[in-house]
Amino acid sequence: MFRFIVRRLLQLIPTLFGLSLLLFIWLHRLPGGPETAILGERGTPELRAQIRKSMGLDQPLWVQYGRFMRRLLTGDLGNSINTKRPVTDEFLERFPGTIELTLTALLIAIGVGIPLGYLAARRRGSWLDQAAVGGALLGICIPVFFLAYLLKQYFAVQLGWFPATGRQDVTMAATRVTGFFVLDGLLTREWDAAADALRHLILPGLALASIPLAAIVRMTRASVLEVLGEDYVRTAEAKGLTESVVRRRHVLRNAMLPVATTIGLLTGGLLSGAVLTETVFAFTGIGQFIAEAIDRRDYPVLQGFIMLIAVVYVLVNLAVDISYTLIDPRVRVR
Amino acid sequence: MTILSPGRKIEKLDRLAELAAARSDEQGQSLWREAFKRVRRNPAAIAGAVVLLLFVLIAVFGPFFVPYSPTDAVGIRNGEVASGAGRIPGPSAEHWLGYDHQGRDELSRMIVGARQTLLVGVVATLLGLAVGSLLGALAGAAYGLAGRWGRRLDSVLMRLVDMLLAMPSLLLAVSIAALLGPSLITVMIAVGVISIPIFARLLRGSMIAQANSDYVLAATSLGVRRRRIALSHVLPNSLGPVLVQATLTLATAIIEAAALSFLGLGNPNSETPEWGVMLADAQSYLEANAGLAFYPAIGIIITALGFTLLGEAMREALDPKLNR
Repeated sequence: MFRFIVRRLLQLIPTLFGLSLLLFIWLHRLPGGPETAILGERGTPELRAQIRKSMGLDQPLWVQYGRFMRRLLTGDLGNSINTKRPVTDEFLERFPGTIELTLTALLIAIGVGIPLGYLAARRRGSWLDQAAVGGALLGICIPVFFLAYLLKQYFAVQLGWFPATGRQDVTMAATRVTGFFVLDGLLTREWDAAADALRHLILPGLALASIPLAAIVRMTRASVLEVLGEDYVRTAEAKGLTESVVRRRHVLRNAMLPVATTIGLLTGGLLSGAVLTETVFAFTGIGQFIAEAIDRRDYPVLQGFIMLIAVVYVLVNLAVDISYTLIDPRVRVR
Repeated sequence: MTILSPGRKIEKLDRLAELAAARSDEQGQSLWREAFKRVRRNPAAIAGAVVLLLFVLIAVFGPFFVPYSPTDAVGIRNGEVASGAGRIPGPSAEHWLGYDHQGRDELSRMIVGARQTLLVGVVATLLGLAVGSLLGALAGAAYGLAGRWGRRLDSVLMRLVDMLLAMPSLLLAVSIAALLGPSLITVMIAVGVISIPIFARLLRGSMIAQANSDYVLAATSLGVRRRRIALSHVLPNSLGPVLVQATLTLATAIIEAAALSFLGLGNPNSETPEWGVMLADAQSYLEANAGLAFYPAIGIIITALGFTLLGEAMREALDPKLNR
């Protein structure tokens, strides 16, 4: 197991190397280059040349790439053009918010999706099944940002049940420890701060959960239906095992394997969705920062984000592969 | 017995191979005809098809019958609209869906927008389908039929595809859009590119599965050339899942295009309305007239539902196993 994890982590290196090369080329192909991004359209040729020189853009391409890699290895992703601060600092500050949000969404999606998918499959053709299938279909077809707006307008603006924007009430003087606001509140025993941060997570979490929820419901339902038709389930029932044992040991466990894969594949979509959801709710996570970076063509930030995503993606899929061995002992990681 | 020329001989062998391969499914009806019958019996598929037919009719013929020009600021000229002051009137007898924030007739913009939206979806999907299928067919044929070197080619192609697949789709689309600058064509290309890996993976997988089937063995033993087996036996039999995916991709393409527009990467020129851009624009005027966001959003949702329903029904019809 340990060797497996180490080997998978080593596989990250060529992936990241390839990605860094692609990103470097991408950055150089951009029309105008960074000096245009800094100066806008109004810079004089002398000013442009000066900036190019100060950024080392007049040197040969391979020298630039070498310097880029050296910085990357020390965790330096450059400075944001927009805020003038190091990209790494900005990310460290904002990433916890996004992790909180995506985890909330994932918890909602898994917590509701797996039981719902299971029940829909068990009562195939019932009103519950039809509602689940129909709802899942709708969940896929609603643009995430539109759903986010609907939730915000109805539950925050009209009913006032939840806050409409932000991660925590600005009047709340909460102590910061980890940057995860809910966790911070629990650690420092500031229960009201934790509760407030949690309340801020619910609406964006629901909006973001729509697509993974739909995917998990559909996958669980299909997978459970498949397993219910298997001979070993009939055998288990025939030899008189109680229904709950058959359900837990035979049906659910076998049906979870494709669901785990689906959850792993959802990560990329969740991060994309976070960009949209955080924008709507002015949630100060990385997504909102990225949406701004897109708007202002802040390339160092976008570049760093893509590297970050690649790492997250590989790690999540590693976790999914490890979860296989927990679900199904026949799967041996090598 | 007449002596056949080599070319005709191969043709004849080919035909034999086809007959041998087809015999199992062709007891009376072909798989495709069976599938079509099953689709027709599925009420959800009919609903999806009707919605789509309506959408396509509106998109194609609607713009010839619009009550007002989609670019004519009637509302501002007659003083009914002042979006700065938060005054955007809703539905009335003359303007069934009211005005947009620039005093243009919303219904006309919705109708003309349907055409643009369909165009974005279709072009993006075709782009993804064409490039993805090419890559997938190459990899699949190489893996299944061309020995060791084929497997190497396949693994190189698939690593490339996996790299594309690993990127969050929106981010990939955003990088492409940032490169090309905001426009309708940018959105089409960006959305098309993100669907390439799905088509490539699907066609490759489906071809590899087919490569192990009996009819390929039969064709090989009859001496049919490999290229011919790949192109005229394996490929047509592997296309089913790809066509299903194309239908489903039309739905996601329209939704993804809306998301790109929302992030400000869509067509900046509001002369040619598109639902995604209309929805994005409306977000600034929600207080004045929330309907402006609802019309394009409902249009997008219903169209996406239509494509998804039809695609799902096609999938079930082609794979009866799912339908137990």
